[in-house]
Amino acid sequence: MNPLVLVFAAPLLGSLVLAVMGHKPHGRNVNVAFSFGTLLAALFLTIKIVAEGPLFAFNSQFFIDSLNIFLVTLTAFIGFTTSVFSRPYMRIEEDRGKMTHSRMRLYFSMYQLFSFCMLLALTTNNMGILWVAMEAATLTTVLLVSVYRTPASLEAAWKYFILCGVGIAQALMGTILLYMASQKVIAPGLNPLLWTNLNASKSILNPTIMSLAFVFLLVGYGTKVGLAPLHNWLPDAHAEGPTPISAVLSGLLLNVALYAVIRCKILTDGALNNNFAGNLMIGFGLLSVLVGAFSLLRQRDIKRMFSYSSIEHMGIMTFAFGMGGPIANFAGLLHMTVHALSKSAVFFAVGHAAQKAKSQMMDDIRGLIKVSPTVGWGLMMGTLAILGMPPFGIFASEFLILTSAMHQLPWSAPILLLGLAVAFGAIFSRVQPMVFGETNVKPLPHSPALLPVFLHLGLALMLGLYIPNYLNQWFLQAVAIIGG
Amino acid sequence: MTELSIQLINLFASILLLLAFAMLAQRRVINLVHIYAMQGLTVVSATSIVAFVTHQEHLYYSAVMTLALKVFLIPLVLHRLIKRLDIRWDVETLINIPSMMLVGIVLVIFSFNLSLPISKLSTSVTPGTLGIALACVLLSFMMMITRSKALPQVIGFLSMENALVFAATSATYGMPMVVELGIALDVLVGVFILGVFMFQIREQFESLDISHLENLKEE
Repeated sequence: MNPLVLVFAAPLLGSLVLAVMGHKPHGRNVNVAFSFGTLLAALFLTIKIVAEGPLFAFNSQFFIDSLNIFLVTLTAFIGFTTSVFSRPYMRIEEDRGKMTHSRMRLYFSMYQLFSFCMLLALTTNNMGILWVAMEAATLTTVLLVSVYRTPASLEAAWKYFILCGVGIAQALMGTILLYMASQKVIAPGLNPLLWTNLNASKSILNPTIMSLAFVFLLVGYGTKVGLAPLHNWLPDAHAEGPTPISAVLSGLLLNVALYAVIRCKILTDGALNNNFAGNLMIGFGLLSVLVGAFSLLRQRDIKRMFSYSSIEHMGIMTFAFGMGGPIANFAGLLHMTVHALSKSAVFFAVGHAAQKAKSQMMDDIRGLIKVSPTVGWGLMMGTLAILGMPPFGIFASEFLILTSAMHQLPWSAPILLLGLAVAFGAIFSRVQPMVFGETNVKPLPHSPALLPVFLHLGLALMLGLYIPNYLNQWFLQAVAIIGG
Repeated sequence: MTELSIQLINLFASILLLLAFAMLAQRRVINLVHIYAMQGLTVVSATSIVAFVTHQEHLYYSAVMTLALKVFLIPLVLHRLIKRLDIRWDVETLINIPSMMLVGIVLVIFSFNLSLPISKLSTSVTPGTLGIALACVLLSFMMMITRSKALPQVIGFLSMENALVFAATSATYGMPMVVELGIALDVLVGVFILGVFMFQIREQFESLDISHLENLKEE
């Protein structure tokens, strides 16, 4: 049987099963089990791809190559670790009366459906289905963000829906234009919306239509990436939803949206033969770095702070892919991976810290190291990782991005450095008293799940020190696909 | 294809643009739903004509789906929503309708200019309609920005989607069926979610005025 079927079947079946029994005490274990099933299927698929090369499935409607398989593995992995983190976290939320039985069912069911939408968006070859999957992912996460039904969470979910709805509508316009361009040139009988067909004839796509299409696609998917000035939904959605959802939003959804942008950029580059797409991405990327970094200074809510840090990091990645070239693309992919791992680890630690203090305000969270050293160290290490301290992986990727920026676009390097320095000052000065200050909070009733935190940080550390050869090969193949 | 059908498609395109302006200036919520249904009907008519002229079978299905969804089902859902929320007689205060119309005209000129080079390349039956579709998207966008109530915002969102379907039909003879089905499903689920949200928003904020939703801010 095709492992791709399993990759889809596990989360889809999971969402159905959990819609019925998600409120039962072992519902959270079932959620972990289905996420683990998805991870196993994804690993199985990965092994197949590594051994046999790119794979077409179901009449070429699905296409898996080195670029998306690594994101599939990452998505399935973080989906699994987040489900492990969800177990104690959501249990405590339920004990505190924030979640009712029906909300637990909704939460677990939508969690699985969200994984399904992400995996569908990643593996589909059809640009139309990519759009449908991204929109469906918005719908599931809107329900997840609003799951507490508090005024603040409703406000966040409404903003999220309207802003991303409008944004993603622009992406649909771009997809229509893309379809229009490809209809003219693609041989009859071939499906003009399949990315592989588009890629094969990208050099004869009409440049005028493609440049307009890319603007719409970048604005549309860029809204979901969280690029400034379209980022307003992101901090609210991260801060008001459950923390596991903040982790998957930052770790997965933003990456998948950026993946969509990269696929579109490959086509546009082929059609235009200039760096039009790249320049746009450089502009949006740098703006996001600055907006993200300077907004960090004004934060008092810990989850809002780290969501602005996500905006900054997505800006760095968009900048790297916009700049293009083998080193920058390699660094961009590495940054995608380590940022997803480190940021979700930070959110896991933040989730437990905020639950202990019963507040997300940073002034209320103090002295974690005394109450529970593991959470404290997890938060501290995670913060250092996310700030790009050596030897964590983000240091390596940021270093590569900065050095290639100095070669290719010297004027941009000071802007990047400024953004990184401001982010460092803002985040470190706030996390330090949270971890080492005086405290009087009590330990949690259920032991927190810290395995995911240290597993992620360990991987981020490993990627900073040493990239295994097969992973390196994998990245290099993906870099070759991105080109530019 | 006949001269008549091209004229008809252009006619429907202009009706769509007119309805977008009408929506922009409409104060009563219930009338917005009526205009939305009319928009749907216009898109259905245009789609059927394109289907008839080009013999694209899947466009007939698309027209039937649009008819069922956007002329009957979604307006019905919106009507029930209005009834249950008891906002049938709600009148929104819109500031300065004439200047909004002027901005709208500027948007139309902008989108015509933007789509001019592409329309020239178009092989479709009616090259001019892409500009109109783009203008309708921007006008709906503008409507969403200027409205402060929840339901008009949602209708603006839906009318944007109508304009996109029209763009797909007139510029490319419609997206492949599986994509259109997916889009329709997303929109339908979205309307239901937003409908549920409206009840919760009113419960929590005791109003459907979105300007109350401004508590999440930086210090």
